[in-house]
Amino acid sequence: MTLVQFLLLSSLLFSLGVYGLLARRNAVMILLSVELMLNAVNLNLVAFEAWIRDAFATGNVFAIFMITVAAAEVGIGLAIVILIFRNRATANVDDFELMRG
Amino acid sequence: MADWISLPVNWVFLVLALVIAFAGVKVVTSRNLIHAALSLVGVLASTAALFLLLSAEFVAWVLVLVYVGAVLVLFLFGIMITRAPMGREVSLDNERRGLAAITALATFALLAGTSWVAFGDVEIEGVGDPITTGDLADSLLGRYLIPFEIVSFVLLAALIGGIALARKDRSPAEEAERTDA
Repeated sequence: MTLVQFLLLSSLLFSLGVYGLLARRNAVMILLSVELMLNAVNLNLVAFEAWIRDAFATGNVFAIFMITVAAAEVGIGLAIVILIFRNRATANVDDFELMRG
Repeated sequence: MADWISLPVNWVFLVLALVIAFAGVKVVTSRNLIHAALSLVGVLASTAALFLLLSAEFVAWVLVLVYVGAVLVLFLFGIMITRAPMGREVSLDNERRGLAAITALATFALLAGTSWVAFGDVEIEGVGDPITTGDLADSLLGRYLIPFEIVSFVLLAALIGGIALARKDRSPAEEAERTDA
């Protein structure tokens, strides 16, 4: 196996995430696209770890940190989306144009 | 290239990569929100299989447990609670799709080109001796103990914040009604 095959796949996943982030209209779908991008970064970290194999398994440790932070991000993100939905009765980000409610 | 294709492990990689690419495209283009969320399961499960190929067992199972088990359920809850439009007729994309596609293509070209130039000839050992849970535990509770504790605290803070944000506050009138009853 080569390292670059994993890097190319992760580039593809990341750019799909970028597309979804910019093109989607629903806030939940935007969060899904962010998950795609985070997953691409995880794949990179684990692939580099398989190449370098340092004594502390740093790539894997950081992938676990990323998964934890991503879980926190989804929790907070969905709470905010639900809160906005309760006040505005929509989850369409194009309608969120004011900071006040 | 002929060498590359003759290795069985690369066949496994190709199959998983195709699944990831197909499901990933479906996540960002599907018109049905539930289908998009379920396609993310395909992406994440195949990524976990790739992690096994890369001898990162523990991370693979953490990905399955945390993402496929917990985060996806949260997403499905979010989709259903916000009563997102589920029909085919409503467009889920905004009118700037073309610009978004150009940006995504440019990002892909930049990332893929840089990776190819920098690491084009690096060979890695597939399914080599695995990084065991023990190794990872030594590292997490040794060298990375303080970041580990901080990240636990972040998770706790996010949990409390999520509950505080999404809790339903009663209006004063409802509150008075409750105390009367």
